[in-house]
Amino acid sequence: MAELQFREAIREAIDEEMAREEKVFIMGEEVAEYNGAYKATEGLLDKYGYKRVIDTPISELGFSGIGVGAAMNGLRPIVEFMTFNFAVLAADQIINHASKAGYMTGGQINMPIVFRGPNASAGQLGATHSVAYDSMYAHFPGLKVIYTSEPDDAKGLLKSAIRDDNPVIFMESEQMYGMKGEVSEEDDYIIPIGKGKIKRQGNDVTVVAHGKMYHIAKQAAVQLEKDGVEVEIIDPRTVKPLDLPMIVESIKKTNRCVVVDEAHPFAGFAAEIGYLIQREAFDYLDAPVQRVTLPDVNAPFAKNLFDAWLPDAKQVIEAVNKVTYRN
Amino acid sequence: MAKKKNNEINFAPRGIGDENDGAVQKGVDLPSPTRKKHKSLGLSEEDLKAMYEQMYLQRRFEERAMQQYQKGKFGGFLHLYIGQEAISTGTVFALNDDDDIITAYRDHGWGLCRGVTPNEGMAELFGKKTGCSKGKGGSMHFAKTENHFWGGYGIVGGHIPIGGGLAFANKYNQNGRISATFFGDGAVDQGSMHETFNIAQLWGLPAIFAVENNGYSMGTAARRHTVTEIVDRAKAYGMKSKVVNGMDVFSVYETMKEVSEEVRESSEPYFLEIRTYRYRGHSMSDPQKYRTKEELETYQKNDPIERLKTYLKDEEILSEKEVEEIEEKIEQEILDAIEFADNSDFPDKSALYDDMFAEDEPYFHK
Repeated sequence: MAELQFREAIREAIDEEMAREEKVFIMGEEVAEYNGAYKATEGLLDKYGYKRVIDTPISELGFSGIGVGAAMNGLRPIVEFMTFNFAVLAADQIINHASKAGYMTGGQINMPIVFRGPNASAGQLGATHSVAYDSMYAHFPGLKVIYTSEPDDAKGLLKSAIRDDNPVIFMESEQMYGMKGEVSEEDDYIIPIGKGKIKRQGNDVTVVAHGKMYHIAKQAAVQLEKDGVEVEIIDPRTVKPLDLPMIVESIKKTNRCVVVDEAHPFAGFAAEIGYLIQREAFDYLDAPVQRVTLPDVNAPFAKNLFDAWLPDAKQVIEAVNKVTYRN
Repeated sequence: MAKKKNNEINFAPRGIGDENDGAVQKGVDLPSPTRKKHKSLGLSEEDLKAMYEQMYLQRRFEERAMQQYQKGKFGGFLHLYIGQEAISTGTVFALNDDDDIITAYRDHGWGLCRGVTPNEGMAELFGKKTGCSKGKGGSMHFAKTENHFWGGYGIVGGHIPIGGGLAFANKYNQNGRISATFFGDGAVDQGSMHETFNIAQLWGLPAIFAVENNGYSMGTAARRHTVTEIVDRAKAYGMKSKVVNGMDVFSVYETMKEVSEEVRESSEPYFLEIRTYRYRGHSMSDPQKYRTKEELETYQKNDPIERLKTYLKDEEILSEKEVEEIEEKIEQEILDAIEFADNSDFPDKSALYDDMFAEDEPYFHK
């Protein structure tokens, strides 16, 4: 194992896949000469040159569509968004074209493309820079959606995403790029898309949390342990396809579940997981499933309001107390 | 003192500003067609016969499709290309067979020109499993990627960046191919076109972007929805451009031949405004109150198919009898295609889940 920052794990994945396959290239705002807005692509221009590491103008719709056309015509693009909050401008390409062209031509078109970049909030950036889009993309058939929480997951899953022959949304976080973690040094380290990971074992309650929220769940678990509550944390890592069996198995053991999600509550990841659990594990539940999400409110700027807006460990603990009737 | 009364506020589009007696001029101004004859364009008599067959096929295919639609044989939208056949035909004859073509939803003519057979085309309209897109796409999504026809696309302007991407891949692979992206005049107001033009010029993409200006974006006259001539869109991006007479297959062929060679050689994009006229409504539900019958008849006098037929007869390449033989042959082919479509099966129910993902056993959320 090697200790790597999140951004280094991302870079290794891209670097290894570019070295392995000539058809892989990366484009996006500031990816080349600037070495990446968050340094995820540092050094790649020097190594691969301007043909394969390409600076785009600020034209999310335009360059995403060029990526889609390039994928159709035999290449394997990695399209970097400076944040998925800007990818909204490219939604027509992702939602109407990347996810549909193969189906509507009766399978004549392949779409091996990765759209990647940071997702959700990153401190006091205001309402338009703070949205978690993983649930939204997961809504659309034809897209795979990954939002990882740790460098090891990021490396193995990004390599899988680049090799996948379908459009994949791969999400990171500005606030996690500097986070360090042990990363496998295995040659050609691959994590299959659609497999979750039990990141903490426990018998009392299952907490499902992915992306940045995994770390909030972990903080809560440490606190709860002091009170004698053993939390099992499941990080699905891939939002879609979802590793539902792993979640259900855990609930059969703990009989209680809290879902922590960085999105707004309506029709989001937490809502979907809640439905699936009642369908698949109703008889095993000793309490209604609780969720911790953002409120149904835009991201505020003011520090105190922002802190109240973003889910924190305290809210997770309260939810766990509810499902364990520890009030 | 009473305030001076403001003029009534009016957001009626100003348009290009060539008002005539208070009304914005409609339709398109057709530039002069080429004066060259087929030999100096490098076209053989056989080429001309094939062009005529192709244009006549596109016309009759759609006229028959319209009848089938009216008979209730299939549903969905039906956008007809009738009047614009010289553009697809002139282009496909000028480009190399492995150059990449992509277009919008008015796509039947393009498909037929690039090897979608009348059977496959009609069956796709009927939503049958034998259609070119296995009944999954319908009228707006014809495709034949093995022949480098990447399809029709239903979001106005959505496929323009994709056409740029096809060219990007060709340049990346240094395979000598170019892409040609066709769209309607309504799409020139979409940001996707502007973003793509800028990037195509920045990166030197070997791409032809061609607007088929048929005078109307749905019911809004081209001259009402843009404040400058469409061809001038290219100037903002330093892109080369030209206006072409799209009612004359020789003019389209001549320009496409020259421009495709230049784009291939220089790896620089090119913008063409090809002026034409759509005889039918935007779709089948269009009452066409935005134009007069007289206007339509003016353009029909320039009909591209009649024009080529006259040339073939005047030059004694085909006799009246030979023309009739071609037309009868095609007529029969289309009647056969209707029968084929009618007799074909709808897709199997299990096909609902096919073609969503590349894997053989993909995940579907339930």
